[in-house]
Amino acid sequence: MLITRKAEFSASHFTARPDWTPEENARVYGDSANQPGHGHNYELEVTLQGEPHPVTGMVMDLKELKEILQREVIAPFDHRHLNHEVAPFDRIVPTTENVAREIWNRLAPHFPGGEGPRLHNVRLWETADVYVDYGGDQA
Amino acid sequence: MIRLTKRYRFAASHRLHAASLSDAENRELYGKCNNPHGHGHDFILEVRVRGRIDETTGLAVDQDRLDALVKRAVLDDFHMKDLNTQVPVFATVVPTSENVALEARRRLCGAWQDTFGGRGPALEAVRVLETRRNTFES
Repeated sequence: MLITRKAEFSASHFTARPDWTPEENARVYGDSANQPGHGHNYELEVTLQGEPHPVTGMVMDLKELKEILQREVIAPFDHRHLNHEVAPFDRIVPTTENVAREIWNRLAPHFPGGEGPRLHNVRLWETADVYVDYGGDQA
Repeated sequence: MIRLTKRYRFAASHRLHAASLSDAENRELYGKCNNPHGHGHDFILEVRVRGRIDETTGLAVDQDRLDALVKRAVLDDFHMKDLNTQVPVFATVVPTSENVALEARRRLCGAWQDTFGGRGPALEAVRVLETRRNTFES
């Protein structure tokens, strides 16, 4: 069974490599390379895979899931400038793809599978018109 | 692998009418969608690609290139048009949203290689949202 929890954070970023010229960055990233940056209302959908517990009937206590999302993602990301305040985006360009993968990397250790739920997918909406899905290296 | 989905919009009119059926049969089958004057929707076209994150750029797909492809191959021909009379394929194929999704996918597939070359992302799915309630995926 798959269960999905939504969360939101607002953050600013720019997408540019420090070792490239402004012209190179503009060519690859367009306006998104402009500094000091711009912001998005990101929306996050985290999907877990597991079986309902025979006693509680739940794959996972959603309160606990909410707390993990809050601690690992929302608290460090919300109302922050990703490039300047959230590692590893001081050295990795915070594209939607990389932000989704970083969220996966932060959450995956909490949901290893086995007896409990396994992290199945991270969907990150950057705007209402674009989102990425990341399900780990093997997916 | 990572999947990136992008939404595009086009407003278009269509009429559902199968030439091989009688007028009465069409009215019975398609109901108000068979209205001779047609009707329209604000369609949403979702294009989902699958690829690897380029570790230099952090990007799995060049979105400017994808946008240009979707515009050229689909939106320029569909947006603000009557699908039945202004998009040639729908002169003979009923422009149900199923067929609109299939046609959009066919057009994107046809131009994919020229746009992205052999190392680019793969086209995974094309979805047409006809209204908030009806979605069609190819």
